[in-house]
Amino acid sequence: MTSSNSAPILKSGHLLGIEGLSPIEVTALLDLAESYVIQGRAADKKTALLRGRTLINLFFEASTRTQSSFELAAKRLGADTLNMAVKNSSVSKGETLIDTASTLNAMRPDILVVRHQDAGAAELLSRKLDCSVVNAGDGAHEHPTQALLDALTIRRRRGGFENLVVAICGDILHSRVARSNLRLLAMMGARVRLVAPRTLLPAEADRWGVEIFTDMKAGLASADIVMMLRLQLERMGGAFVPSSREYFRFWGLDRAKLAYAKPGALVMHPGPMNRGVEIASDIADDMDVSLISEQVEMGVAIRMAVLDALSRGLS
Amino acid sequence: MNGRRIAFRNARLIDPANGLDVKGGLLVENGRIADIGPRLFNDAEPSDPEVINCQGLVLAPGLIDCRVFTGEPGSEHRESLESASHAAAAGGVTTMIVMPNTDPIIDEPSLVDFILRRAAATAKVRVAPMAALTKRLAGEVMTEIGLLKEAGAVAFTDSDRSVPNARVMRRALAYAATFDALVVGHAEDPELTRDTAVTEGEFATRLGLPAAPALAETMMVERDLRLVEMTGARYHFGQISCAASLDAIAAAKARGLPVTCGVAAHHLVLNELDVGSYYTFRKVRPPLRSEADRSAMVEGVASGAIDVIVSSHEPQGADTKRQPFAAAAFGAVGLETLLPAALTVYHEGHASLPHVLAALTSAPARLLGLPGGTLSKGAPADLVLIDPDEPFAVDAETLRSRARNTAFDGRKFQGRARATFVGGECVFDRARG
Repeated sequence: MTSSNSAPILKSGHLLGIEGLSPIEVTALLDLAESYVIQGRAADKKTALLRGRTLINLFFEASTRTQSSFELAAKRLGADTLNMAVKNSSVSKGETLIDTASTLNAMRPDILVVRHQDAGAAELLSRKLDCSVVNAGDGAHEHPTQALLDALTIRRRRGGFENLVVAICGDILHSRVARSNLRLLAMMGARVRLVAPRTLLPAEADRWGVEIFTDMKAGLASADIVMMLRLQLERMGGAFVPSSREYFRFWGLDRAKLAYAKPGALVMHPGPMNRGVEIASDIADDMDVSLISEQVEMGVAIRMAVLDALSRGLS
Repeated sequence: MNGRRIAFRNARLIDPANGLDVKGGLLVENGRIADIGPRLFNDAEPSDPEVINCQGLVLAPGLIDCRVFTGEPGSEHRESLESASHAAAAGGVTTMIVMPNTDPIIDEPSLVDFILRRAAATAKVRVAPMAALTKRLAGEVMTEIGLLKEAGAVAFTDSDRSVPNARVMRRALAYAATFDALVVGHAEDPELTRDTAVTEGEFATRLGLPAAPALAETMMVERDLRLVEMTGARYHFGQISCAASLDAIAAAKARGLPVTCGVAAHHLVLNELDVGSYYTFRKVRPPLRSEADRSAMVEGVASGAIDVIVSSHEPQGADTKRQPFAAAAFGAVGLETLLPAALTVYHEGHASLPHVLAALTSAPARLLGLPGGTLSKGAPADLVLIDPDEPFAVDAETLRSRARNTAFDGRKFQGRARATFVGGECVFDRARG
């Protein structure tokens, strides 16, 4: 390997979730990502760190944003990338996940980035494949690179996490982003709040060492960071909330509700946004409070750091 | 109106909310209760121009009827808010809680607003609407509980339908709990009761009528109690009718669950035998039950296990009632007989008069968060003057309700409203008819 500093960072050889990471590993990844922020802003964005390595993006759920972020990160590190379009593959013809894994394994990739609609899919693949596996989202379980990029964004703006009040608002129940974020932020010393109607709060969420709010104004009071989650369109039809207009009225982030947060509070969203459902357009577009574009930039940097870290363990 | 004073003297003041039962007087000013006390207007005639000598009769908070079906909007030929309000006033009812199963169904904030505006323009008594718990009362999709509550809905109910799908009910309850909204449930398993007309038992067998077992109610009560325990929602069973349901609810209350229940006045007085020879005016939902169940309901009121007594006023016309029993519509009018029927619990010695009145005034007010139901200073002057002992026989022909489908035609009762006041305004005076 040609890494300038090849001390191992991810001891498991995979990145399956925030669960199982130590604060030392998280800090090391964030530190490493800082250098890739600089590299990403340079005219020559490319290094040869992963030359000769193969990365496969295996996305069972469509995601332009995350997939292209991983692809760009890999290319900037000099790896060869392959995007498996599941829709056109034998997977959609009934092949099991294990058979797909065996087929991919025979192609001898170095890193597999996988997104799957079922919780535990990345874990399953990591046990069946010889390469490193990166979880790019498995069901409602984890999305570790999203939490890491959010952490990087927060740390660059606020300097750290200790005693920072972070309100995660919206569809917590179905959100892997929320689960990864609250694990990471709690681990790093932030005070995490979950704000949602009771239909969108998972059972016994209070046992996670977080504060639970159903009232947005109370939940946002004195918050440093307001992290909005996407409400899937299929959740609005009455099964979990009765309508998007009611959702926006009580849980959508607008100026009036944001006024309850700490002055200078920053707003984050993992994207893609539903304007007028979970967030008002004027807030999403306000560069003084919205970190949404910055999150996308940090996404590429953090994924470069993750690929770098994993490559150090490759033979 | 402004500055207008009315003095009530020589009354037996019964205010269950404050544990008050005392002879005395009461002063109304600007539509509110300005003063109350045993010595008020005792010695001298007050100087106020309007004085009402209560002659020792009971002056109590106006009744709050938690379960009133009208036909407005959609079936005004049976009952409008206005015609129901005349019946209410004659029955001593100063607040009607109206159910959402109208046409259109009240599942939309603008329709809550419509009911409130229509009531303000036409009704003689106060009206507070419940809104639907699920859209179109279909039991599938929860309504906009937050927006409906802001529009003025006091509770959420699918009226006379249960929500058969437990998953939908779980989510609706969890969502309602988010807003601390009250859910009013109807406990009846829809499949066990499908196409049935009476309660299952020997009498139904003799009549040859399609019947549903009483446990169709209790099963749903027990299911909903489990869901309440899980979700923490405030839940009121609109009306129950059998002993086993009451046992389940009493046990849940003892465990600290936020549940309450009501009983219809006709379930305190009538039993399954009163269906008699296919008397369709006594076809109600839930059906009249066994004598053991009826007496359990009376005991439930006496012990406080049953929180409120309702009329379950449901107007039907000849078109829907002059039918073979199984084909006839459910429901009986009850606004004018609510108080007399409830007073049987007192006259038969099961409970004190203040205790019975509590189930008609302070308990529903507390349940729904309404400002009335009390004689406290500052409360709205919604009052009823009651002669608790006056004997009379119900005559369907003289009912104020537009529909005359009373279950009590010819029935002799003791005690009824003499006069009714809403915001200090007299809306009914029996002396004037």
